[in-house]
Amino acid sequence: MICGVCGKNEAMVHLTEIVNDKMTKLHLCEACAKEKGAEMEEHFGMNDLLAGLADLGANLEPGAMSDMKCSACGFTYQDFKKVGRLGCGDCYEAFKKQLDPLLKRIHGANRHIGKVPLMTGKDVKENKTIQDMKIQLERAIVAEEFEEAARLRDMIRNIDNVRPVKNNDDK
Amino acid sequence: MSGQLKIMTINDLLRQDSEWLKGTGPNADIVMSSRTRLARNIEKTPFSNRADPKQLEQVLTRVKEAALSIGFLKNSTFFRLKDLNEIDRLFLVERHLMSPEHARDVEFKGLIVDSKEVVSIMVNEEDHLRIQVLQSGLNLKECWRIENEIDTEFSKRLPYAYSAKWGYLTACPTNSGTGLRGSVMLHLPALVFIGQINKVLQAIAKLGLNVRGFYGEGTEATGNIFQVSNQASMGMTEEDLIDSINKIINQSIYREETTRKSLALKSREALADRVSRAYGTLKSAHIISSNETITLLSAIRLGVDLGVVKNLDRRMVNELFILTQPAHLQKLEGKVLNANERDIKRADLIREKIK
Repeated sequence: MICGVCGKNEAMVHLTEIVNDKMTKLHLCEACAKEKGAEMEEHFGMNDLLAGLADLGANLEPGAMSDMKCSACGFTYQDFKKVGRLGCGDCYEAFKKQLDPLLKRIHGANRHIGKVPLMTGKDVKENKTIQDMKIQLERAIVAEEFEEAARLRDMIRNIDNVRPVKNNDDK
Repeated sequence: MSGQLKIMTINDLLRQDSEWLKGTGPNADIVMSSRTRLARNIEKTPFSNRADPKQLEQVLTRVKEAALSIGFLKNSTFFRLKDLNEIDRLFLVERHLMSPEHARDVEFKGLIVDSKEVVSIMVNEEDHLRIQVLQSGLNLKECWRIENEIDTEFSKRLPYAYSAKWGYLTACPTNSGTGLRGSVMLHLPALVFIGQINKVLQAIAKLGLNVRGFYGEGTEATGNIFQVSNQASMGMTEEDLIDSINKIINQSIYREETTRKSLALKSREALADRVSRAYGTLKSAHIISSNETITLLSAIRLGVDLGVVKNLDRRMVNELFILTQPAHLQKLEGKVLNANERDIKRADLIREKIK
């Protein structure tokens, strides 16, 4: 599909705009979506824009997406698209294929670095250590400190080899 | 340790000056106030919009219980919003102790406010907890220091919804990660005066910050007051986030400062004229709207900063921004006032304060 604004590039973003109860669908390329995003933000604010951006980066068949449901709270991805809010913490894991690219779009990053709450399981803390090391690794590479980078890389490999990686990192 | 939260009434708040309005702190001429807030949720409980009444009651109880045992909050009061009338709720919004959204659908909502109005905690807003810290002037670092301490104390008592990948899990993905929003209220009359404000605001937006009006999202920027906050909350540490906001804000302060200096040099008379006219109107009006008041107070605030107005201080002007808001006027009068009555009461109050 071609962008409805510039008519040149491939449309990557699909927005639904409701003005005076009339619904308009917009198919935009990334550059035009950015412009439109800035424009719309003035009217609706970031959070409302979200619901429209929720399709972003979803590579699944439309049918498969509408079936997705959070097993903890029963919220569906369609619900999220409607209200722009998730149902519970578990929704993040349930919809991670869609949310990960969306988070990247919103924050410019989709991994948390920073504070860890005191009451969390051991797995969270271990994962956190690996993540922190990965960040240090990236910094070391940028700073061209290659010896330090190699050391960190080996440490991360070691931990990853010992520990079976499961989906147990969301609590 | 358990105890009882302090019992403070809305009228007690009315009689005191909020800490963040005192007009002190770094760059207090341009930065009216700084605020940080953390979005937090309790694990294994649906977010507020999805939770059932029983779960919402439990969140209220658990947060209140937790707050009771936190030493830092011992001088705080818990308000159950459904026990307050509409004016009292609007009053809390006007004082920046809670968001306009928190004043709607109040059945299961709560608010914890410390006696100095530095800390306020919204319970069952969009997230179970919204912990906010307010300071006067450019003081985001101090806000974060206090915020961090309170959050750590809560995290000893409440298991947070948290993931190693995405950090603190929030109802809206725009808040996840650190859950941290830092914002400052900037008074930028000189940049507005010379018509450069849009350039500056666009630059701020390009650098990843949001610009909003006096009361946050969806509100107009009246009185040359702009609220600037970070958009992204994931992928940076809390300290780095605060630093990056500070850097951009410092640039904006510098622009406003240099413009003020050049205005004072080149357009001294035009400036003095505008400020004095504003002063004259406020001193003599008998009927005045909220919008006109804010516009004129903005001019006077600039006049105070530049030494054109000598018999008023910044604190008084800051206070008038809040005291002249509709719910504050009605609380001061002790009864419901319609728009016309408020315009008269507002003018009375201003004449009394700045005679």
